[in-house]
Amino acid sequence: MLHPLPHRHQTGAPLVEINGLSCGYEKQKVLNKVDLQIMRGDFVGLLGPSGSGKTTLLRAMLGAVDVYEGEVLVEGARAAEKRPRIGYVPQLETIDWNFPVTVREVVMMGRTMENRLFPWFRKEEKELADRMMKQLGILHLAGRHIRQLSGGQQQRAFLARALVSSPSLLLLDEPTSGVDVKTRDDVMHLLHDLNHEGVTIVITTHEINAVAVHLPRLAVLHSYNGAGRVLAEGTPYDVITSEILYQTYGAEMPVIHYEGMPIVAESPHRYGRNGGAEEDHSVSGHSHSHA
Amino acid sequence: MAGRKKTIRYQGTVTVMLDLLAEPFTYPFMLRGMLAAILAGALCGGIGVYIILKRMAYIGHGLAHAVLGGAVVSFVLSFNFLIGSTVWGFLCAQVITLTTKKRKIAYDAAIGVVTTASFAVGIVLISRYKSFTRDFETALFGNITGVTAGDLVALAVVTGAVALVLFVAYKHFLFTTFDGDVAQFYGVPTGWVEAMFSLVLAGTIVVSLQVLGVLLIAGATVIPPVSARMLTDSFPRMLLLSAAIGAACGFLGIYLSYFVDVSSGATIVLVEAMVFAGVMVYANLRSRLAAIRQRETHTTPAPDPADPGMARPPEPIKTEGD
Repeated sequence: MLHPLPHRHQTGAPLVEINGLSCGYEKQKVLNKVDLQIMRGDFVGLLGPSGSGKTTLLRAMLGAVDVYEGEVLVEGARAAEKRPRIGYVPQLETIDWNFPVTVREVVMMGRTMENRLFPWFRKEEKELADRMMKQLGILHLAGRHIRQLSGGQQQRAFLARALVSSPSLLLLDEPTSGVDVKTRDDVMHLLHDLNHEGVTIVITTHEINAVAVHLPRLAVLHSYNGAGRVLAEGTPYDVITSEILYQTYGAEMPVIHYEGMPIVAESPHRYGRNGGAEEDHSVSGHSHSHA
Repeated sequence: MAGRKKTIRYQGTVTVMLDLLAEPFTYPFMLRGMLAAILAGALCGGIGVYIILKRMAYIGHGLAHAVLGGAVVSFVLSFNFLIGSTVWGFLCAQVITLTTKKRKIAYDAAIGVVTTASFAVGIVLISRYKSFTRDFETALFGNITGVTAGDLVALAVVTGAVALVLFVAYKHFLFTTFDGDVAQFYGVPTGWVEAMFSLVLAGTIVVSLQVLGVLLIAGATVIPPVSARMLTDSFPRMLLLSAAIGAACGFLGIYLSYFVDVSSGATIVLVEAMVFAGVMVYANLRSRLAAIRQRETHTTPAPDPADPGMARPPEPIKTEGD
């Protein structure tokens, strides 16, 4: 699944510039002094444990957090002041699958604010939506209810909604959570294809081996003094190391390399929560009772 | 001779029957009542679609109670009842939203706190002034025979305004109702949409009170949309169907209540409940039929003569560990 041509981001002014950002909600600081730059054509994965602020970092780019310090610039403008042209794909788990909408109706939602004074969608907009669905291979499902799609098709429908507003940046919150292996593979290939066509993508993920190591660039977040910060940033080769993973997750995780790609191995589970010491104790106790 | 006599008598019976069936239409108060019930039914049915899709079925019930407080306060201050109660209901909805946002209080709990408090304000004032116990009964159960021309105009104006808002801001309302958080990321002014919805809802409840009453209005805002939802998967179709069911039940309910001589508001809600039960039976039968049809078309495939092995399911793989 490793892409033949790891995509190299373009040089020039960064698309997203996050400088010394501290932000959160309702006076609760979630991110502390975060610096991150995203160039045009980048494909960045945000990796880190739950509560390290991955989703909040996405929301910061959307201008949907309270900024306490620093700034978020998207295309040179502050995200909080001027709404950036960003396509956002939520976690599939947050969708109300019982809501009465068809695939086409979901895709058209992406155009809600484009001609805000017209109550109806224009012909060009409908054609654009059809082209987008065709490109993603779901045009034949346009009239179906969203519940009647497979996991991969559902992800494509919400991708089409994000792309139909011609965004300069695409954000996906855990696009592979809760889907099977085949769907995950499909979704990741689709995102790589979009990236090769020039779409700048940022995703959050929990999956190191299946998702993170396939991306050209990673930013690893971790909790430090109650707020999230970026611990490391770079290619998977540089970032996925035992040392960084230990600091991020607080657990020993051996890293092996396979065809130039880092893989996090898991040691076999042992009985007893505290690893070796307690296990030895229980084993000796067991043999003792036998004797 | 005998046969001819019989025919005449038969024709007479038909005329009497028709006269009886047409009787409600000869009274102006019944005509006004029917028109009011149709408009209120359609209005509550349409608004109800957004209510149940937002999973806040009890907001209609709660706001109807809250509006009573506003109605009594308006009366005591001799302020226009329609405007006073609508503003009061709108403010209650805003307080509910504020309560859930500022503290981690669940939406249904916030509805319980705010609307009951507002209802209690109404009761306190009524018991203090004691002058309008008759009006109080009307407020609780509705009084369709007392619908005035002014009430009808108010209903028609609100129905027109609500239809206009839902048409002009159709896509904004749809996205906000479907997924408010993400709609906000796409630049939809969800705060405005929510406030507009509260206003439209408060207006709907105030003008429907005369027909349905505080205690029965929840039925008209919940039963038609859940019935419509079982019949369609399309949002615009659900909206139109729900309004149509509401209007039809409004008419049928008041028409039947004329003959049986029972409370018209309660009859409307009972007719809606019967429609709901009927639709549920129909939907169950339909899905069962669909399952049977699918079983018939998807029978096990005939073995392929070129590759007989394919028809057999693969054997489970045994691992050495077992």
